[in-house]
Amino acid sequence: MSKTKVILITGTSRGIGKYLAEYYCGKNFLAAGCSRSANTVSSANYIHFTADVTDEVSVKKMFSEIRKSYGRLDILINNAGIASMNHALLTPLKTAENIIRTNFTAPFLFCREAAKIMLKNKFGRIINLSSVAADINLEGEAVYAASKSALVSFTKTFSKEISGYGITVNSIGLTPVKTGLVRNVPDEKMNELLGRLSIKRFADFSDISNVTDFLISEGSGFITGQNINLGGI
Amino acid sequence: MLSEEEIIKTIYGAMEEINDQLSGENKLVLSHETVLYGLNSRLDSLGLVNLIVEVEQRFQDEHGLEIDLTDEKALSQKSSPFRTVKTLSGYISSLSDNTGKSA
Repeated sequence: MSKTKVILITGTSRGIGKYLAEYYCGKNFLAAGCSRSANTVSSANYIHFTADVTDEVSVKKMFSEIRKSYGRLDILINNAGIASMNHALLTPLKTAENIIRTNFTAPFLFCREAAKIMLKNKFGRIINLSSVAADINLEGEAVYAASKSALVSFTKTFSKEISGYGITVNSIGLTPVKTGLVRNVPDEKMNELLGRLSIKRFADFSDISNVTDFLISEGSGFITGQNINLGGI
Repeated sequence: MLSEEEIIKTIYGAMEEINDQLSGENKLVLSHETVLYGLNSRLDSLGLVNLIVEVEQRFQDEHGLEIDLTDEKALSQKSSPFRTVKTLSGYISSLSDNTGKSA
């Protein structure tokens, strides 16, 4: 079994996922990541899987390889997600289904498979990246917010189901970060969202790693089932 | 070719692993008739989850057999495949047939 802690992050080809992969490689974790596209993270501590997070067969194969290669998985950060700003009446069913599959079903799948490895070692830290949109109920984000609300609800219940194994499960309600995900969101809508926060600015990547550092630490073993919203709402 | 004996042996291996975490009176007896699920089982819900995960991983490691004991087929059976060691063995045998490995 590897003596180094192993962290798995989804959606590492760009944005927050890429930042977190590089950040934790720099902290001497063994980082595994996945995305539908090829690897963009350059580090000897990083291993990339090209996989669709919604494809159960590919995901299970990835976890099998991680277990066989390292014998452990200490941390999972479910980052991969898609955003869609649209009035509910103008949202195609296929778009809604796609959002739910990527933002909720895939994290569920990753939580399930990760916990199977973690429970043998009686240690695990799972973080699901949600959004403040889940609590703000902003018009034009109905399906996206619903998918993130489902993720927060799952986080709370799942944390209870596996608390006996030394595994904690928490979520972080992200505020907008200047990544590709928000590129297509109109400025007006983005300003409306930022205006609902106590601290009215975009989040920096370091705002996110500050909270992930806290939640994955050995000392946070008594914190589970919580959702921490950035920016204050 | 996976024989019934090989399947049982792998299940027993998983049970021994789980037994390491159980106190004396709760340890599982290595027998075909040992009840794993439901009335008269010594396993609580977490214990059963542990055993299922251990069995899946052992079949993967020892036989290269990818089985999913919690798929729709398993959970929709009228009689749970997890009821006893024998029923679990029979279910895994049917899965290995479907994945091209004869039992």
